[in-house]
Amino acid sequence: MFDLTGMTALVTGASGGLGSAVAKALAAQGAKLALSGSNIDKLEAFRSQLGGDHVAVPCNLSDAAAVDALIPQAVEALGGKLDILVNNAGVTRDNLTMRMKDEEWDQVISVNLEATFRLIRAAAKPMMKARFGRIISITSIVGATGNPGQANYAASKAGIVGMSKAVAQELASRNVTVNCVAPGFMRSAMTDVLPEAQKAALLGKIPAGDLGKGEDIGAAVVYLASKEAGYVTGQTLHVNGGMAML
Amino acid sequence: MSETADRVKKIVVEHLGVEADKVTEDASFIDDLGADSLDIVELVMAFEEEFGVEIPDDAAEKITTVKDAITYIDENKA
Repeated sequence: MFDLTGMTALVTGASGGLGSAVAKALAAQGAKLALSGSNIDKLEAFRSQLGGDHVAVPCNLSDAAAVDALIPQAVEALGGKLDILVNNAGVTRDNLTMRMKDEEWDQVISVNLEATFRLIRAAAKPMMKARFGRIISITSIVGATGNPGQANYAASKAGIVGMSKAVAQELASRNVTVNCVAPGFMRSAMTDVLPEAQKAALLGKIPAGDLGKGEDIGAAVVYLASKEAGYVTGQTLHVNGGMAML
Repeated sequence: MSETADRVKKIVVEHLGVEADKVTEDASFIDDLGADSLDIVELVMAFEEEFGVEIPDDAAEKITTVKDAITYIDENKA
């Protein structure tokens, strides 16, 4: 089950904490990966660490023309086909709504929502033609529940969910599924440095009593990418230790 | 019948799974041949590939019948 041998995948934000965990999980199931990210050195380092015949396709997701070129580049680098697209890259520019600058709003919407749209639009073509495709976007619990200081981020993630449902309906008859994975609070460099009291308060809200790990998200992505998940589309799989049951 | 017409009709038959005699030049993809909007997108992609032409979105929107497709391709192919 969930064997991805012979399948190809593009993962954006692949050198980041979550992205690298997703990439590792897909590679472990046998997929050949095109790893994308904006930091070329980090990306290359991760690619050589991962081993295998994976390729790196650097891209700055705030550059619309570069985003439009990414799917054709990845298809070529992967030997002419793209089975799985994982939209993982995202940025935050947190601020209270009253203080939020236009640029902070625009940057988050541009990278998180618009680039995701551009990548889905470009990937839909070859996937439709191949009569197979898996589009998986990493959203966030915040897109469903909101979070103070993250109006832009929450909007971008909720936007991806709505967009995915629309595209899922368009492409379902061609065996292309479109789903989201919504992480809850994850273990990260950011949560590692939280003061103990704050950490305890945070964990108190999570029935599982622990923060999520990259592997938890990787496993969810592997499932949705698999042939076995072909009848699942337009869904958001929440991976959050029970923190929000939606 | 022109060579373009033959090849266009062949693609339509293959993609839409309709019988060849239904694919007349006046046939509308949607009204007569049962295509949906996604089928049209796929047909346009197939035409582009077969004939090496670029069919921009605004031109593709005007291609509603078999004849429209043949005419556009004949006028624009290299």
